[in-house]
Amino acid sequence: MKHLLNGIWKENPTLVLVLGTCPTLAVTTAAMNGLGMGAATTFVLVFSNLFIALLKNLIPDKVRIAAFVVIIASFVTIVDLTMKAFTPALYAALGVFIPLIVVNCIILGRAEAFAQKNKPIPAILDGIGMGIGFTLALTIMGSVREILGNGSIFDIKLVSESTKTILIFILPPGAFFTYGYFIAIKNRLSANK
Amino acid sequence: MAKLESNLKNMVLSLVFISMGMSAALGYVYLLTKEPIEKANKEKEVSAVKMVLPEFDNDPVKEMKTIDGLSFYPASKGGQFIGCAVNTFTDKAFSGKFTMMVGFLPDGTINKSVVLDQKETPGLGTKMKEPKFYSQFENKKFEGELKVKKDGGDIDAISAATITSRAYCDGINRAYKLFMKEFANETNSNKIDTTTTDKALETLKKEE
Repeated sequence: MKHLLNGIWKENPTLVLVLGTCPTLAVTTAAMNGLGMGAATTFVLVFSNLFIALLKNLIPDKVRIAAFVVIIASFVTIVDLTMKAFTPALYAALGVFIPLIVVNCIILGRAEAFAQKNKPIPAILDGIGMGIGFTLALTIMGSVREILGNGSIFDIKLVSESTKTILIFILPPGAFFTYGYFIAIKNRLSANK
Repeated sequence: MAKLESNLKNMVLSLVFISMGMSAALGYVYLLTKEPIEKANKEKEVSAVKMVLPEFDNDPVKEMKTIDGLSFYPASKGGQFIGCAVNTFTDKAFSGKFTMMVGFLPDGTINKSVVLDQKETPGLGTKMKEPKFYSQFENKKFEGELKVKKDGGDIDAISAATITSRAYCDGINRAYKLFMKEFANETNSNKIDTTTTDKALETLKKEE
């Protein structure tokens, strides 16, 4: 249980570990994109953690990074193919960021810092926790940016067509603003404890 | 089991083992998803073709022709050529290139157009997907080239920068030129067809 909750709040990958910022900044233009990206990353994270925890004794230390990358890349390709086949619209929206999960630091970071030192069950829980933490952070960031920048959430319009929205929030600088505020709020909330 | 020592033999074996296992898994998933991916792609094509053309009863995807890098989907109803959807692109857009599907009627009138794949700025360039912009192109007949107002044409641009709007026109112009070149014959023969039927109708009316 501790491993599961760890990733969601105390060591939230996006807000505390500040890992995987590239997809975080790039795909959170809409809530749906954040959710999709989070789900894809969670899947890869859980399976790569599980496999690395299972195979850790078979992998000599000196080639561990190479082995991890092969495992992670395979799962990313699986997600890539599956999404292309069954959710083409979401795949089109996320585009290049699905293959880029391979180099998402969260996954390699968790493999290195957690999975290779732990048993399979805690590794899976850690993967799920980190995945949920990442998904939550991305979805909420996506929602905020979509509401402020486009006046909608999950593609449901909240304001009329002609209303002027704060466009900058769905442009790249808005990603940094939102991200900054999120980290600040998280730090403030954690400091109170 | 103790951790394997980092000697050459172990390292090579371990990497080979992992790579082979993962390749097998990938091959399996590839086979599983191959058909759904093809189906999804085809559905996307068919639905785009349907969106931009009047009703047809042939299979334009099957009759698809590629001319100068653009795909042409000729549509017919009861054997009569009723128009052609063109999968066109522009590289003048703000974020690289976007692709679109344009439906032409036999005389070169644009029936409808739809954007397929784009990376334009959300909230700015993506407004091209709103009816306010794209409805300007519906049932539009033109000679030569489409232009935005700023360039002396009659298309209302999305914003003053006109990048996406110009790109949109560029995509349509590209398709239009090829369409007129390639389908001009069919167009002419169709024109004759319609005039003869019109004449026939007129004579019928007179007889009545």
